[in-house]
Amino acid sequence: MRKLALTDDILMKIEKPARYIGNEVNSVIKDKSKIDIRFAMCFPDVYEIGMSHLGIQILYDMFNRREDVWCERVYSPWLDLDKIMREEKIPLFALESQDPIKDLDFLGITIQYEMCYTNILQILDLSQIPLHSCDRTEEHPIVIGGGPCTYNPEPLAEFFDLFYIGEGETVYDQLLDAYKENKQCGGSKQDYLKKAAQIEGIYVPSLYAATYNEDGTLASFEPITESAPNKIKKQMVLDVTDTYYPEAPVVPFIKVTQDRCVLEIMRGCIRGCRFCQAGMIYRPTRERNVERLKHYAYEMLKNTGHEEISLSSLSSSDYSELKELVTFLIEKFHGKGINISLPSLRIDAFSLDVMEKVQDIKKSSLTFAPEAGSQRMRNVINKGLTEEDILSGAGQAFEGGWNKVKLYFMLGLPTETEEDMRAIPELANSVSKRYYQIPKDRRNGKCQITTSTSFFIPKPFTPFQWAKMYTNEEYISRAAIVKHAFNEQLNKKSLKYNWHDAEVTVLEGVFARGDRRVGKVIEEAYSMGCIYDAWSEQFAYGKWLAAFEHARLDIAFYNERERRADELFPWDFIDIGVTKSFLRREWERAMNAEVTPNCRQKCSACGAGVFEGGVCIESKN
Amino acid sequence: MKARIKFRKYGVMRFIGHLDVMRYFQKAMRRAEIPIAFTGGYSPHMIMSFAQPLGVGVTSDGEYLDIELKEPIRSEEAVRQLNAVMVDGIDIVSFVQIPDDKKCSGMTIVAAAEYEVSFLESAKSAYDTISIGDAFTKDSDCEKLIEDFLSQDEIIVLKKSKKQEREINIKPLIYRMEADLDNDKLHLFLAAGSEENLKPDLVMDTFFKFIGTTDTEVPVHYHRLDVYAKNPDYGKGNDRTQFVSLESLGKRHF
Repeated sequence: MRKLALTDDILMKIEKPARYIGNEVNSVIKDKSKIDIRFAMCFPDVYEIGMSHLGIQILYDMFNRREDVWCERVYSPWLDLDKIMREEKIPLFALESQDPIKDLDFLGITIQYEMCYTNILQILDLSQIPLHSCDRTEEHPIVIGGGPCTYNPEPLAEFFDLFYIGEGETVYDQLLDAYKENKQCGGSKQDYLKKAAQIEGIYVPSLYAATYNEDGTLASFEPITESAPNKIKKQMVLDVTDTYYPEAPVVPFIKVTQDRCVLEIMRGCIRGCRFCQAGMIYRPTRERNVERLKHYAYEMLKNTGHEEISLSSLSSSDYSELKELVTFLIEKFHGKGINISLPSLRIDAFSLDVMEKVQDIKKSSLTFAPEAGSQRMRNVINKGLTEEDILSGAGQAFEGGWNKVKLYFMLGLPTETEEDMRAIPELANSVSKRYYQIPKDRRNGKCQITTSTSFFIPKPFTPFQWAKMYTNEEYISRAAIVKHAFNEQLNKKSLKYNWHDAEVTVLEGVFARGDRRVGKVIEEAYSMGCIYDAWSEQFAYGKWLAAFEHARLDIAFYNERERRADELFPWDFIDIGVTKSFLRREWERAMNAEVTPNCRQKCSACGAGVFEGGVCIESKN
Repeated sequence: MKARIKFRKYGVMRFIGHLDVMRYFQKAMRRAEIPIAFTGGYSPHMIMSFAQPLGVGVTSDGEYLDIELKEPIRSEEAVRQLNAVMVDGIDIVSFVQIPDDKKCSGMTIVAAAEYEVSFLESAKSAYDTISIGDAFTKDSDCEKLIEDFLSQDEIIVLKKSKKQEREINIKPLIYRMEADLDNDKLHLFLAAGSEENLKPDLVMDTFFKFIGTTDTEVPVHYHRLDVYAKNPDYGKGNDRTQFVSLESLGKRHF
């Protein structure tokens, strides 16, 4: 009988004990006496969120294919258990073996969004691992960070022993082999970190030092030892077909956010929206072979028993074999009680036809993400969607029986004027007008146009990385302008408006483009009790403001200034292929509201061509 | 065509609640390729119903779900296919055919459930048991205590439902309560189902109160042995069996 880390009395008094017992279908149990390397893979949020993440499922499968490695999972204990574990000094444990994380060789943490940073400290703290890399001994696991936020790892630099920059499928084998070899030779952790630093894509923060100018900007950022390279090259899988993919993902007992099979059809995006980090860091766009995807779909559904399969990519409509794949999924599975979910599809005749087959029109809604209200603003952000595209797509959908539309926009984009803000409700109103053009007897009651705005946050490695952000108050006043303008619309009864929290935006902004000094703020906030900041009922802005004060850091320095063209950024030591000069060119085109064609229309020489793969070589094949 | 599946639930699976066990079986049906029937409409769902929910923390040798099949499958095949896709802590015991009649479904016919109560050293573990003597009798005779408890004219308890609290007499709902001294366990045979339902913890709480202790002093573990229906042949000829297990109402072979 498997022994659990938590006693029965604890499991009986906390919410959802299934979060902590492991034993799920397709989870992997190995004989620890036959294992050389024990790896804990962590998503620093609650189980239901963490279990919905495809990346961990891919790496879990990939690691466990190695006979000498046992990869297990760990997530943030929810607040109820967090409290008990602190009171009773119970060390955080891995779900599979239920052994303490601190006894394992590696703790890998995927960092998907900025607001999980305090949860990373919670994971380390509950694991009884010192928060700072420099305070850990030979006995502690090596703490690795990965995921999109590591494209600027600096705010977290002191908490990690190393970062893996890029896609996990490439150099993990090398990293693990080096660990085994170092252990066999009796090498120390320091020896290992130095060796790891020589593996492409691995960044060991303790081997680098930063200096600052008087104005607070970065003056230099350099390795302090010869064994560490000046530039860290992002890792990526060029051939996304012949690589790892989990055909039998772990199936949770409790309902999780993504309670379905996920079929990743491609990586990267050809579009080049100027606010979008994923669109730059995953360049070049690479597609998986459609026959392989059909095979994965079949195997995953059989091995999990899930009743739904979802396509995943940044822009599914750009997948060249989409028709073939979707037709296959519908023909093969739809009649068998399997739902097919198709997010991020452009609305056109084909997608409407497909959606009509797989969804209940009365219940489902159409989603458009124009991101900006005016055409000028959409040109600034390089979002190719025109008002005509939206109105004709919505029109076709309304004729087909739909009456619900969701619209997503950003506020606070560079160069935004009040006119641009007002264009948002105007566009929403135009969509509703299009609905009421349909004769009354063919309409399906009133229409419902739901508009949501988030506030724009400049991200590293985007053309907008130089942009200034605004204060909390300014964001609120911009949302108020939009709200006010909604009330002036003719069809205001059919329009609904929601906006994203401004306080969280401010913090995300600091973390996204912060430097090493920001780590102090995160630690201060954590020590004041901040965790689960991504959960609005947990988020405590007042504590964060106090943390900035204690750490003597100024939010305005990070958010409220436009950065100089030649400013050295904390993330400049990472080489993503796409060059800083291309990003700067794009920034300048944005200021002139000039549109740049997508990768398939015309190559803009962004720099990702150095990888010699994906869309960059498509036409040459 | 309907089938009744009997399964055991034990080990760490005792922490998986009823709704999640239902979800688990929906996915398991697909993995095992059981030819289960679906309802119609835009979002078809499996035709499946569970007989009697089991509380979190409770283990069981006799859990039931009824399913509708769209084509027949041999019982042994179904058991083998299902067991091949189970997790540790759930075993399929049998797969039997039951009549199509709605009146025979597990949900409606449940009349009783049998439990085994064991006594624990602490609430920390359901595996570290202590003897009945240590648990509550001190120096008196435990069989006598049960006899005294049951010989009360009525056993009034406060039953809390979602809407209200009311006093009920649980004595008629306790069909049997006896000590198994050889195994240091207590057996309960209680009314169950949609008409009258008595949970074992309510009986034990009341009993503990009667003998002057509490379940915090003596933690217990509940294990369900089986779920029963009224014997349809009761009283016919010499048949004096009042209750029969849900499993025994099905035909073993398809």
